[in-house]
Amino acid sequence: MNASQGTRTCPTTGLPVCLDAQRFIKLNAVCAVVFLLIGGIGALLLALTRWQTVHLLPVDWFYRILTLHGLNMLIFWILFFEVAILYFACTSLLKCKLASTKAAWVSFLMMLTGAIMVDVTIMVGQADVMMTSYLPLLAHPAFYLGIILVAVGTLIGVINYFATLYQAKKQKTYTGSVPLVVFGATAAAIIAVVTLLHGAIAIIPTFMHSMGWIAQPDPIWYRMTWWGLGHMSQQVNVCAMVSVWYLLGALTTGAKPLNETVCRGAFVLYILFINLASAHHLLVDPAISAGWKIWNTSYAMYLAVLASMIHGFTVPASIEVAMRLKGYGRGLFGWLTSAPWRNPGFSAFFLSLVIFGFGGGITGVTLGTQQINIIAHNTLRIPGHFHVTVVGGTTLAFMGLAFYVVPLIFQREYIFKPLARLQPYLFGLGITVMAMGMSFAGSMGVARRSWDIEATGSIYGPAAHLFLGLVGIGGVLAFLGLLLFILLTVGTLIFGRSNAGQPMENWGTPKALVVAPEPREVPGTPLPVGGATGLAVAEAHPTQGTMILALVFLLSFAVYYFANWKALADAWPVR
Amino acid sequence: MSHMSRSSIECPAPDWFQAPTGNERTWIGLALCWCLVMSLMMPYWHFKGKQNSTGEAYAVKPADFTRRTEQFIQANTGTATLLEDGIAPEVAAPPGEVYLIAKQYFWFPILKLRAGETYRLHVSSVDFQHGFSLQPMNMNFQVVPGYDHVLTIKPQAPGVYPIVCNEFCGIGHQNMVGKIIVE
Repeated sequence: MNASQGTRTCPTTGLPVCLDAQRFIKLNAVCAVVFLLIGGIGALLLALTRWQTVHLLPVDWFYRILTLHGLNMLIFWILFFEVAILYFACTSLLKCKLASTKAAWVSFLMMLTGAIMVDVTIMVGQADVMMTSYLPLLAHPAFYLGIILVAVGTLIGVINYFATLYQAKKQKTYTGSVPLVVFGATAAAIIAVVTLLHGAIAIIPTFMHSMGWIAQPDPIWYRMTWWGLGHMSQQVNVCAMVSVWYLLGALTTGAKPLNETVCRGAFVLYILFINLASAHHLLVDPAISAGWKIWNTSYAMYLAVLASMIHGFTVPASIEVAMRLKGYGRGLFGWLTSAPWRNPGFSAFFLSLVIFGFGGGITGVTLGTQQINIIAHNTLRIPGHFHVTVVGGTTLAFMGLAFYVVPLIFQREYIFKPLARLQPYLFGLGITVMAMGMSFAGSMGVARRSWDIEATGSIYGPAAHLFLGLVGIGGVLAFLGLLLFILLTVGTLIFGRSNAGQPMENWGTPKALVVAPEPREVPGTPLPVGGATGLAVAEAHPTQGTMILALVFLLSFAVYYFANWKALADAWPVR
Repeated sequence: MSHMSRSSIECPAPDWFQAPTGNERTWIGLALCWCLVMSLMMPYWHFKGKQNSTGEAYAVKPADFTRRTEQFIQANTGTATLLEDGIAPEVAAPPGEVYLIAKQYFWFPILKLRAGETYRLHVSSVDFQHGFSLQPMNMNFQVVPGYDHVLTIKPQAPGVYPIVCNEFCGIGHQNMVGKIIVE
């Protein structure tokens, strides 16, 4: 730290905390949680409407709340929280101060103004167009203007992040390469720039059209460009989530990346190969050729899939190695059973990893296969997929991080800790049940974004009702988990004991049973390189448990994937 | 792999650039092979499989598509039925070109097809985007105004097959259910 003024040293981690950054981390995190609550109330109302037996909302409010839910959850909650993560990564982890306070204010106020404009426009009934706002559906101009403000505000926050990286490099606040978490956050920030530019290209002409200044843009052009925003923004979430996995792995078990090159290489694959995966929203569109669809689905998407499969291995493997080094090495899975499951930071992160991989990853790649998409497009299978990526995956990981952000940045100890320890399980269970209900109902043909599946008579049969009931029950459980998270967090901000100047109370981290055999770094000692040394180290750091889990994953993936080809083969021939 | 690895929130050791080893290397190899298998499945199915979305489509103005559909109905039923009447007539058509309009909130007309025959189903919208979702086979295609989307289909078994709209198209979206009858 060049200047200690305007910073404090975290008594828990020893990391410097830039006070300007801390203010904006707090502001962005609080707004994120408020939008999470708005979106969450929407989620409850929607789940209780799609549960046909309850069928709560009237038709107009169903579509209105659906639009509200999508934007608040997928855009506002996530973007505000991601800006907070970026500000943390570029300051504390690089021992640097935030580049510009003014830019941070402009970014924050633009995002907040935009988000409020969007929410108000939706609630007064001027934007019943769903999150995707597919042309020729048209909302009030304030809706598009609000989205543009949020996007530009986020872009300014991201530029502030890059400026801080530049400043840290110039002031030499760190030596060598940036930490892995910063690398992952930077990958997320780079993808965010490309995402937001796509958003601008899609939404600005649409805004101008809504003002009557220009003719209507072409609907297929809009779909292709909008998904450059819609899909890529989800990859920002994946990148941020994986960074949070590495971060929480380090905080809760002392895990260290096995191989930095592999982890970083996987992030680079995300940057290079995710954009074209936006194609998997256009797989049954007219005027887009099979060649284009196949090429853009497989060549690009599967390298991004490879990246996720790599992280899906390296993250638990690093936990396994850390636990074994601490002496929890019994059998294949002793490291896993002795993991700190009562620590909500750990349980949220590990559940997020499992739900994202087994639930979201397998379904996503399968549904995004060009021909299989024919039996999935716009059915409930699609939200069934993305609720286990962005909710069971990203949101749950972010909740886990909050259990550390609040004590470390807001310097308040969580109230009702036993409830906090339960929260990730409740939320994870609820969202998994809900997503499974959606997926099964969707497999039977039930459409997404529909107020009533029987408005004109029975189409799907009683089993569909059973699965929609699961959507309702899972939705209620997930909402209770979300509400618990918000009550605990907001309650802590108001009533929590201040821990300023002291280390935070430990949620529970595994104590070392043995002295770690890891050799200490001695200056002047030659560094071991590759070859036999590398292999010897690999054997000394066994990861068999993770390998077994990874093989179970691969088997599940293959079974689900080929079962879907079989289901497709039963449909009518079509070209 | 460096045995002097550091945590993911610290700067890595200077020798961090190393090839993967052990299980990690094996897993990367396995994952890459699996990704290649999935990549090859799509071109394979394109040539050998029977269900594909080729995206065959032609630019068309909604008014022109409406006229073509109305002419198609008249040619096959002998009576003029207009889209603006809002009632979908049943149309038995010989194998070949058949037409289907998506409009808030109905499908026009009700096509009567024969099992085992091949049809070129032209489907387009005259207002908003709609979703063509044929049940219970659960076959789904996007319907976009301005685009005459041609689906070359071969119905398999006699029956009545509902067409559900599965792209949100307005407040009455859930009522937009049509049907195809196969004899």
